[in-house]
Amino acid sequence: MSNVTVTVNGKSHTVDVAPETLLVELIREKLRLTGTHVGCDTSQCGACVVHVDGVAVKSCTMLAMTADGASVTTIEGLANGSALHPMQEAFREHHGLQCGFCTPGMIMSAVDIVNRKGSDLDEHTIRDELEGNICRCTGYHNIVKAVAAGAKAMKGGAKPARAAE
Amino acid sequence: MYAFTYERPKSVEEAVNLLKKSGEAKLLAGGQTLLPAMKLRLASPGTIVDLSKVAGLSGVKRDGNDIVIGAMTKHVDVMNSAEVQKSIPALAHLVSVLGDPAVRNRGTIGGSLANNDPSADYPAAVLALNATVQTNKRKIAADDFFKGLFETALAGDEIIEAVRFPVPEKAGYEKFRNPASRFALVGVFVAKGKDGARVAVTGAGESGVFRVKEMEAALGKDFSAKAIEGIKVPAKGMIADLHGTAEYRAHLIGVLARRALAAAK
Repeated sequence: MSNVTVTVNGKSHTVDVAPETLLVELIREKLRLTGTHVGCDTSQCGACVVHVDGVAVKSCTMLAMTADGASVTTIEGLANGSALHPMQEAFREHHGLQCGFCTPGMIMSAVDIVNRKGSDLDEHTIRDELEGNICRCTGYHNIVKAVAAGAKAMKGGAKPARAAE
Repeated sequence: MYAFTYERPKSVEEAVNLLKKSGEAKLLAGGQTLLPAMKLRLASPGTIVDLSKVAGLSGVKRDGNDIVIGAMTKHVDVMNSAEVQKSIPALAHLVSVLGDPAVRNRGTIGGSLANNDPSADYPAAVLALNATVQTNKRKIAADDFFKGLFETALAGDEIIEAVRFPVPEKAGYEKFRNPASRFALVGVFVAKGKDGARVAVTGAGESGVFRVKEMEAALGKDFSAKAIEGIKVPAKGMIADLHGTAEYRAHLIGVLARRALAAAK
């Protein structure tokens, strides 16, 4: 076991982990932040996407030890108190989810897309950029709409339409 | 995942010593192939030597007529490099169709080459552009580097430090992606350099990446899609699996080579 120090959602944690601990296991099992999901064993589904030092990463495909010293943002770190992040609000508004299992990864990838590509996103770009996130319910249609709307809302720095209920 | 010992060296020298010390050590670069393989228990190294904190292995620079890419340079940084986009746009394009955004944020050129997956993209670029793989011991020409499925010329205590790509006159890459894995069902990289034309194929060969000499001879005289219209690649030695037959892959080589030539710049 070795110590690893990570800042998660602004808070520093020093945790004792085994070398084979994955970043997602550190997040879910040690820090009990269970919003980040594990959907596959093959690094394809994207349910585990978090931001590591500002960029989207599949947290099931990174060792916790490699994240030593890094700053991590998970889905729990997006909302501002009870007010949803604009991208979360857009997924709610546009019905961008059914079972919701893939949603944390979808939203973390969506915010990353806006960070890289700006807020004016066409459908082709969104579909192309979301290729590392798999959804088995929606057929993606409303996810794409939600990402486009969420991107626009992020630009305006718009306050979410309403607080989470 | 099976348990292993974890090491995080700060220098190439320290990493080499760790490799020598442990017979079962594996280098961890971006981990986008090794970690999934370990999770599925297809790989079970006794020691992981994590290269993420080794200084001086990342970055893209121009050196005379070459582009030199550090082994730990992430895919996203090759894709976004102004130097690569200007000098070898086909290489920037290749990286843009590799994996997905989160994978490109972690995966590295050195990791991809050392792994030498028969469907990986980078080996096609390295072979077609006649690049040189620089290690802690020597310089290995692309033609000598790839040795078959997941096999390379690298010794057990050898570490890739950088890859040196001569800037071509023209180059192009076209890939037919497996829609599930995003790996190349077939990918063809064509390049016109100072020593003539080279054509490298990934995804199709049973022994990994290979060159198509007949196409190269024709392209040496006329680097255009038209020049290779009549050339058929035999199906013998091609991968056949549930995604495509050997004949299908052989056919795709011609189609994709012509598209790569049409798109070459």
